[in-house]
Amino acid sequence: MTVVRIKLNGVPQQHEVEDRTLLIHYIRENARLTGAHIGCDTSNCGACTVLLNGKAVKSCTVLAVQAQDEEVTTVEGLSGDFNGLSPVQEGFRQQHGLQCGYCTPGMVMASTALLRENPNPNEDDIRHALEGNICRCTGYEMIVNSVRWAAENGGGK
Amino acid sequence: MIPALFTHVPVTTVKEASDALMHYGDDAKLLAGGHSLLPLMKLRLATPAVLIDIARISDLRGIREDKNKLVVGALTTHEQIENSPLISKYVPLIGAAAKLVGDPQVRNRGTIGGSVAHGDAASDLSVALFAANASFVATGPKGVRVISAVDFFLGFWTTALNQDDVLTEIHIPFAQTPNWSYQKFTSRSQDWAVVSVAVSGSNIILGAMGEIPLRAAKCEEAIASGADLEQASNFADEGTSPSSDTRASADYRRHLAKVLVFDALTEAKQRP
Amino acid sequence: MSLVGAKVLRKEDPSLLTGRGKFVDDFSPPNTAFAQFVMSDQAHANIISIDVSETLKMPGVLGVWTAADFISFPNLPGGMTDFERPVLAHDRVRWAGEPVAIVVAENRYQAADAVPTVLVEYETLDAVTTVEQATAPGAPMLFETRKSNVLTKVPMLDDLEKHFAKSHNRASLRIVNQRCAVVPIETVGCLADWTLDGLTIWATTQAPHHLRNKLASWLDTPQNLCRVIAPDVGGGFGAKIVWYPEFFVAPLLSKWLRRPVKFMQTRSEAMVQMTHGRDQVHEIEVGFEKNGKINALRMVISQNLGAYGDPTGLGLATLTGWMAAGCYKIPHVSTGFRTVVTNTTPVAAYRGAGRPEATFSIERIIDLVALKTNLDPVKVRQINFIQPNEFPYETHNEAVVYDSGDFPQALDECLRLLDYDAAKAQQAKNLADRNAPLIGIGFSCWLEIAGFGPNGSLEGFGHLASWESAQIRIAPDGSATIFIGSSPHGQGHETFVAQIASDELGIPFDRISVIHGDTATVLQGIGTMGSRGVPTVGSAVKVASERLMVRAKKIAAHLLEAAEQDIEVKDNAFNVRGTPGKKVGWSDVGLTSFQPLRLPPELQAGTLEERLFHESPNFSYPSGAYACVVEVNRKTGKVKIQKMVVVDDCGTVINPLLAEGQVHGGVAQGIAQALYEQVSYDTSTGQPITANLIDYLIPSAPDLPNYIAGRITTLCPNNPLGAKGIGESGAVGSPPAVVNAVVNALSSFGVEHIDMPVTSEKVWHAMNGRK
Repeated sequence: MTVVRIKLNGVPQQHEVEDRTLLIHYIRENARLTGAHIGCDTSNCGACTVLLNGKAVKSCTVLAVQAQDEEVTTVEGLSGDFNGLSPVQEGFRQQHGLQCGYCTPGMVMASTALLRENPNPNEDDIRHALEGNICRCTGYEMIVNSVRWAAENGGGK
Repeated sequence: MIPALFTHVPVTTVKEASDALMHYGDDAKLLAGGHSLLPLMKLRLATPAVLIDIARISDLRGIREDKNKLVVGALTTHEQIENSPLISKYVPLIGAAAKLVGDPQVRNRGTIGGSVAHGDAASDLSVALFAANASFVATGPKGVRVISAVDFFLGFWTTALNQDDVLTEIHIPFAQTPNWSYQKFTSRSQDWAVVSVAVSGSNIILGAMGEIPLRAAKCEEAIASGADLEQASNFADEGTSPSSDTRASADYRRHLAKVLVFDALTEAKQRP
Repeated sequence: MSLVGAKVLRKEDPSLLTGRGKFVDDFSPPNTAFAQFVMSDQAHANIISIDVSETLKMPGVLGVWTAADFISFPNLPGGMTDFERPVLAHDRVRWAGEPVAIVVAENRYQAADAVPTVLVEYETLDAVTTVEQATAPGAPMLFETRKSNVLTKVPMLDDLEKHFAKSHNRASLRIVNQRCAVVPIETVGCLADWTLDGLTIWATTQAPHHLRNKLASWLDTPQNLCRVIAPDVGGGFGAKIVWYPEFFVAPLLSKWLRRPVKFMQTRSEAMVQMTHGRDQVHEIEVGFEKNGKINALRMVISQNLGAYGDPTGLGLATLTGWMAAGCYKIPHVSTGFRTVVTNTTPVAAYRGAGRPEATFSIERIIDLVALKTNLDPVKVRQINFIQPNEFPYETHNEAVVYDSGDFPQALDECLRLLDYDAAKAQQAKNLADRNAPLIGIGFSCWLEIAGFGPNGSLEGFGHLASWESAQIRIAPDGSATIFIGSSPHGQGHETFVAQIASDELGIPFDRISVIHGDTATVLQGIGTMGSRGVPTVGSAVKVASERLMVRAKKIAAHLLEAAEQDIEVKDNAFNVRGTPGKKVGWSDVGLTSFQPLRLPPELQAGTLEERLFHESPNFSYPSGAYACVVEVNRKTGKVKIQKMVVVDDCGTVINPLLAEGQVHGGVAQGIAQALYEQVSYDTSTGQPITANLIDYLIPSAPDLPNYIAGRITTLCPNNPLGAKGIGESGAVGSPPAVVNAVVNALSSFGVEHIDMPVTSEKVWHAMNGRK
């Protein structure tokens, strides 16, 4: 067991967990933030994507102890001027970039990370930036449009 | 799925890591980014009792110039390699290969050291590093060894690293030739290589055509003796032993090797 | 302004976008224990013994249960006599992945540790994974009491030989519609909490009442004490209609342990436990004339059911047979089928369920006829189309009467969006250029049977009935809450229902809430499946609104001292026609409805509530014309989709945004089936070899194209909205367009057919004349 301290969405957390605890379970079951989801067990689907020190990572493939003293941002940690939604979140709403909503937090976080690195991505950039995230509902085109919408509405700032 | 129980042992120096490896013996594995090891542990294909976490050894991070070579710390991530000006200036082949590893999230966590130490014959970086004449620096109880790529990959998921070795650096000589190419054939955009080929100068290295990255020796000889690219690439699968799996049959891999070698040689030749 | 037909943004989204959605695994009441199945690692074996002694010593383990513990409970509902599925395997395991025991521990980590310690001793039996193997002489029997692996067999009534003999030419094709994994990104799971007040179970289901009804009777508990909640559900696509054993076992474990028990599949478990889809083989014969006119079509369907006959799985081949002739007027059609058990994961509905299979085959056959007659595939389609003036069109099966459509117009619109001539010009140019990829152009003109609502249409699949329900309640402030019996998992019911109701009631969209997915609050419902949402529950909402408005107008007329027939509703208020300014707000009407002193004498308090069970007189038949242009790499065989044109006719569109989203998603799944996905087994051992998302190839964003979407509209005459449903369209229509395009690209190699998934390797073999 290890006491793991993580600054989660700006709030310091401290939980004693088994060393093998995956970051996704630390977030969901210890810190009780259930926005990030689990969709597979082989690091393929990306539903668990969060930002670790600003970089998109799959939190099912990171141990909580590896994030010791680091900063983690989940979908609950985003905010912005669109009725409280960030440009990426609002882009998904405007462009119907989600249906069942299960992969969505991962898609939103991967898109957020993309726009921080590349504020004006083209379609190809977006598709490749999201290649680690599987959506079974949308067929992706509307997700691409969502990210473009975000880029055009301050998402890259 | 969930890894079996283990104890996490964080270390901050190579010495500590080395000592811990000796102390825990075969029960221990090194943990860097975890992107080769943790997936295996989650499927319980690996069940180490101790994970020696080397991620915070700051000496093992970063890329620097050293005379006629780049020294890449084993903990350098794929993403750092992909975006490194030094890499793109001196060994662009490596950057091109790093860009095709996994997906962005994987590249943000996965490390060059973890990737090569895993010993996977389909590893993009292993194939490219082999072609780039890289060498691998291991620190063991008896000191530091520098292992050439030729001697590094030994068999299925097996490298020249001993259980008590810490892979610390990868040395990549500045490319002596502008003629390089990295070709990767996948079943879908983000996927393991069905077959990959790295070309750097006269080196032609194949990925996923056997248990380890393989030199396409017969192609290299053919080129050296003046064969045209099409003739030479027809030898691409000689001496290989590709497997058949859900992604491709051995026959198809042999065919792809020829196609990819031709494409790689063609692209390499076209570079200024 | 009418909201029906407008691109209204979804009510569902803000919660889902901020991580405030509530999926089953997001609920964790205090003291929740975690359950995990011990799965069979054998495809076919007798269970000799199960040793749990080590397991019981493992940290955190609360118990292990096997079939013996459930002996007083029935088999899972919905199976066929002699082929029923036990809740846990006893005596015999019939597929690798079948649950043989269930371990409960304090948390999921401890459960995962404990599961491998359960030691099951097996006597291995020969396994069969295909219909061919299962029906071969001497094949091992899955169920000893029956001397056959064939569950049902409906032979053809007529082999049509006399009609084939009269045709100018005939051709045959064997088509394999491969097994697919459904893979909603949320796996199957549940949280059961059986307290002294009864059972509550949160479950990943498309049909909570469907589950509640069977679960209560299985548990021998009255339905009032058995509450099923489908919270946010992360995709279903058919696989979450099923009565999974965990839904039946978890409540008992909760009762016995006196604490909440959660079960959540890992993806690797889901790949072998969640029902699969498709897996049919068709033997087809077609007779046709020189001009491409088809005289006769014969199709024999073999359905691989997996290890047990799921009630939906058993019905798939019937639907395929019904739709065998597609949108074509074929004078003589004969179909037959057999359903067969094998040592594989059970097969049930997957987006389209039986209809993509029919569509794929008839659309491949049309292209085969074009090839044999040397005619343009477009011409062969056009000459065989049912014409717009021929509806209602009675097919070869009396249950199937096509409602409406305009197939020629849909194809014309598709050709326009495609620019067929330009595509053909590029095809010819590339063919002549050795360094250019081969171009292929493929079409699919399709229609499907949808809007499952007519009485009798779902009962055969194990459902209570086929209507759908809606209940509207007006609150004292004039806002509305609508309870619907169909609970969505991504389709956007909260939005489209509010749009329909807003138009009818004149209540603003934001003052209408939609409640679903809870058997304690929604009186009774059927479920979300078979492209039935808008046609059934949408119609229920429309008609219920109309009925409620009669009384609302009475109240308004009474308050305004005007005649009822002069009242019109607009902008959240009731106005008197011809008397501007004379009006009363919905808030006042709502308030009045609860105040007997202010109500007209014939109405009573609470009158503004309306409940309606909508029964449909017929199915709906969405249709469309799709086209695909592919590039085929001559050296590797790799296929790239250059253009995907999708023209749909789903009748009335409530929300174009949602409709287009449904089409995109369906087309993506169809392309995935055409090019990437296949569940594979080692045919000698029955072991699954695509049991995780590394080996089962789901395409991601760079693998799929943009969709050029068009639309034509012919109204459905069988419901008050004129809507046909759209959920399955894309998955039904797209696979043959893609495969036809690839085969078209390879026409110079004499290729007539390639089975899905059309991988690079298969194309390479085809180009090299190899099988």
